[in-house]
Amino acid sequence: MNDMTPTRAEREARLEGMGCKRKRVEDVRFTQGKGNYVDDIKLPGMLHGDFVRSQFGHARIKKIDASKALALPGVLAVITAEELKPLGLHWMPTLAGDVQAVLADGKVCFQNQEIAFVVAENRYITDDALQLIEVEYEELPVIVDPFKSMAPDAPVLRPDLDGKTTGAHGARKHHNHIFEWSVGDKAATDEAFAQAEITVNHLISYHRTHPSPLETCQAIASFDKVKGELTVYGTFQAPHVIRTVASLLSKIPEHKIHVVSPDIGGGFGNKVGAYSGYICAIVASIVTGRPVKWVEDRMENLSTTSFARDYHMTAELAATRDGRVTGLRVHVLADHGAFDACADPSKWPAGFFNIVTGSYDFPVAHLSVDGVYTNKAPGGVAYRCSFRVTEAAYCIERSMDILAQKLGMDPADLRMKNFIRREQFPYQSALGWEYDSGDYHLALQKAMDTVGYRQLRAEQAAKREAFKRGETRDLMGIGVSFFTEIVGAGPSKNCDILGVAMFDSAEIRIHPTGSIIARMGSKSQGQGHETTWAQIIATELGIPADDIMIEEGNTDTAPYGLGTYGSRSTPVAGAAIAMAARKIKNKAQMIAAHLLEVSEYDLEWDIDGFRVKGNPERAKTMKEIAWAAYNAPPPGLEPGLEAVNYYDPPNMTYPFGAYICVMDIDVDTGVAKIRRFYALDDCGTRINPMIIEGQVHGGLTEAFAIAMGQEIKYDEIGNVMGASFMDFFLPTAVETPHWETDFTVTPSPHHPIGAKGVGESPNVGGVPAFSNAVNDAFGFLGSTHIQMPHDAWRLWEAARRLGV
Amino acid sequence: MIPGPFTYHRPASIEEAVGLLVSLGEESRPLAGGQSLIPMMKLRMATPEHLVDLGGVAGLKGIDVEPGGIRIGAAVTQAQVIGSALIADRLPILRDAALQIADPQVRTRGTIGGNVANGDPGNDMPAVMQCLGASYVLAGPSGERSVAARDFYLGPYFTLLEPGELLVAVRIPLPSAGHGQAYEKLKRKIGDYATAAAAVILSATAGRIATASIALTNVAPTPLLAEEAARLVVGTSLDAATLKAASAAAKAIADPAADGRGTAEYRREMAGVMVARALVKAFGRVKGA
Ligand SMILES: Cc1cc2nc3c(=O)[nH]c(=O)nc-3n(C[C@H](O)[C@H](O)[C@H](O)COP(=O)(O)OP(=O)(O)OC[C@H]3O[C@@H](n4cnc5c(N)ncnc54)[C@H](O)[C@@H]3O)c2cc1C
Repeated sequence: MNDMTPTRAEREARLEGMGCKRKRVEDVRFTQGKGNYVDDIKLPGMLHGDFVRSQFGHARIKKIDASKALALPGVLAVITAEELKPLGLHWMPTLAGDVQAVLADGKVCFQNQEIAFVVAENRYITDDALQLIEVEYEELPVIVDPFKSMAPDAPVLRPDLDGKTTGAHGARKHHNHIFEWSVGDKAATDEAFAQAEITVNHLISYHRTHPSPLETCQAIASFDKVKGELTVYGTFQAPHVIRTVASLLSKIPEHKIHVVSPDIGGGFGNKVGAYSGYICAIVASIVTGRPVKWVEDRMENLSTTSFARDYHMTAELAATRDGRVTGLRVHVLADHGAFDACADPSKWPAGFFNIVTGSYDFPVAHLSVDGVYTNKAPGGVAYRCSFRVTEAAYCIERSMDILAQKLGMDPADLRMKNFIRREQFPYQSALGWEYDSGDYHLALQKAMDTVGYRQLRAEQAAKREAFKRGETRDLMGIGVSFFTEIVGAGPSKNCDILGVAMFDSAEIRIHPTGSIIARMGSKSQGQGHETTWAQIIATELGIPADDIMIEEGNTDTAPYGLGTYGSRSTPVAGAAIAMAARKIKNKAQMIAAHLLEVSEYDLEWDIDGFRVKGNPERAKTMKEIAWAAYNAPPPGLEPGLEAVNYYDPPNMTYPFGAYICVMDIDVDTGVAKIRRFYALDDCGTRINPMIIEGQVHGGLTEAFAIAMGQEIKYDEIGNVMGASFMDFFLPTAVETPHWETDFTVTPSPHHPIGAKGVGESPNVGGVPAFSNAVNDAFGFLGSTHIQMPHDAWRLWEAARRLGV
Repeated sequence: MIPGPFTYHRPASIEEAVGLLVSLGEESRPLAGGQSLIPMMKLRMATPEHLVDLGGVAGLKGIDVEPGGIRIGAAVTQAQVIGSALIADRLPILRDAALQIADPQVRTRGTIGGNVANGDPGNDMPAVMQCLGASYVLAGPSGERSVAARDFYLGPYFTLLEPGELLVAVRIPLPSAGHGQAYEKLKRKIGDYATAAAAVILSATAGRIATASIALTNVAPTPLLAEEAARLVVGTSLDAATLKAASAAAKAIADPAADGRGTAEYRREMAGVMVARALVKAFGRVKGA
């Protein structure tokens, strides 16, 4: 040792491993406008395709006349269902076990549904040609209200399913019914309600919205006729799954399909599914022999590819008079639009909605969900949440507040009283999940102490008196939300997509000089994987994160993975990368032992290499070991230093958090001002606190948007309203409140590094916090539940209904 | 979201621009900042065959003092209005309103001329111009004429502007020093048109309102001059009952449509709330009263 020898802290800091607020490496290119997105890719001879879309929500197509368009110079092809039929591609299977028309097959079922695909030399000609295609319609009666879907005389929305009394998830009760899914002990739950001292029962609707990433869905297909190979560049959150689906549909062997997801400008669930645009671009490329690009515009994105939510939840709680919940009963009417294209694991038609027992120790619960068709766009994707988890969190968190109000109890106290206690983990929920770990009392107490919860309540009481005296026109609301998520889909025992188990994968290769390339089955859309995956490897293998390159999204080079959504990357791919690193570490230990001429068992790991126990001067760094792996491996040991891991998680992970929102509502305009928003997240081990904070900021901003106005609305005749950023609420920096973030750390006991995932928590926990604050503001005037979204005009109407 | 085909023209003078508009006829449109016209073209709600770009036309720029008022060239951008010391000093309502329009990017390109000539009831400047008693200078094949902002608007995208005519400037009589001015706009977010908005200019002596002018944005097919509401506040010191009466008078003339901003009823109510709030603010800004 001398003065130049770095201290242990310095050695550790140099790695920029787990726990380090490492700056995002991808931002170097993003902030310079040097990202490479699908629309940046221009292939030689590339054509442009776009859709003729339905004007109507429900209509028979009597005739499509493309002759004028085909006569326009520069137009190469107009593809309709007729052209796709011989290829068997006019319908495609959905992830939910339904089928969806790729191009309308004699009938349209939602406004803006794809009718024909026009391919031309450039986007201008394509759009000119679109105007020249004449479609003759015969309008049909429209259903936009899911509550009217199953009326006896409701129009048949899906004649293609005529006579099918069984769907992918069991019996169909009606021609517009998709599935019924139920879970829990019905008899015991009914009994709890029969015995209950007090019950509440409310219809809690979670309106239809859209993930709305800034970059819309896009793809470029390029078919090489000579080699029989297909290359597809696309905005795919799950590129490997897209390749498998493309192979199954097109019959092109999977190894001859190359799928590449370049940089993606946000996904939030929008880019998980397979869309008509992808298939039409592929077919058009095969037909024309040239690459074909398809890029959605904003209106197309908002009105066709993947809505979210549209869940209408009737929730009942049974409780004792002193506030112990004795049972939960929920029925959901789920509006899936015209085709069931929900992107859930195949066996879960309502996703993981059975996390609806939330953070509470409910002895019994029962849930049933009915999915129905309407004349609206298909989707039902997990918009920055694990499958239907945000709907579930909203349902239970709103219900707990409604119960607290009826009991005359503080909503925070009611939660404290019913929380699963720390010593109950692993906890078996009444609806079938095994919660891995948590300390809910600690988290909520910390949140309440930090914001000064009791003082806020006192202030609110005084404000209410002032309001009654007419001294103010502002109502103060305090929203408490305590959520438990279920993420990291998922264990092969219960999760698959089209039969492919939902594992994920990592491949790490150390080069002779000790730098690393690692390839992953996940796919970042802004989450910062290139930064955080390298941090996990840095800590596990003692190589500085800056010497590690992460690659994702190319199906030729990356190991097969199920992609990034549902907060699954850290729980699943993050585990795979740790496990692959550990395989390498084992081999490295053998090499180090050989180099140091000791037994493997005499070595111990020390930050960035192995040292001899009791003789720390004798050590080999990982860099030295890497060199030796290629130049002087121990006799009998294979040279090289690399490993692959496919990780099938033993369980989901259960991140949780306590959020508190304080707002003031001007009853004369209905405008709500967020005064304060505090978010405490427990996502287990924290890999990069700065990225976590960024994820929380983004998710809270989305939650704010959804709760306070973001909506995909239809009028009665099936016109989609306001599908542009003029109406669809995407907050700018001006509208976005200030976020205060905080944390507790309860590692996941079954995850190799104890991490649980955080990307979606703020969306899941945020929405109920805002909505509870709104409802809390109006509660003393006699209101129990005001439906979202809480935009100004609706809050003004609520105030007026309540006579203020 | 791709406009249809069009031919682009770039005249250098007002005469040349008018000449082009006359000769190209109905299918030609002036292009100013393009912040209303181009979005409509991308949606193919507007499909002009000829665009006559005013960007190179001399004589449309500049904010100048003239006897009795100021003259703002049609091509002056909203950002330039915001940056003008003269306007900040003498016509703060114009600056307040401009700051409420869209976002900095749009304001950097969007012009005053385009905003008032457009005829979209959502535009903010028309009501402000009505409130101020401004007039528009129109140049046509047979020379210039002047039209009062209060007479100019006939319906959505329907104004007194004749085919072949160009709006070359806005002339605004300067309110004498001491007037209180305010523009109150309720909107959902940055970049949104008004749910309802109200422009108010008033003067007062001895604590009582002496003169008042009120106009409304986006609560009817055209901007509205709320004459009755203005009459009701004159002579008062803006007590609660007067505010209520003025609001009611404004609501009575409002005729908004339901849209994503709210029901017709809500938007009408908000016209009343904005009038009351703008009155209070403007009254508070009266100097030397
Ligand atoms: C996102 C967004 C939000 C917006 N929000 C608002 C808002 O809140 N409030 C608001 O007031 N505006 C808003 N606007 C519109 C903006 O202010 C426009 O700039 C303005 O309406 C038109 O000005 P322009 O110079 O861009 O005109 P252009 O778009 O070029 O032209 C508009 C129309 O006026 C005609 N025209 C233009 N100049 C003349 C002239 N000199 N003589 C005769 N005819 C002429 C054109 O032919 C065209 O029909 C918004 C725009 C966008 C894109």
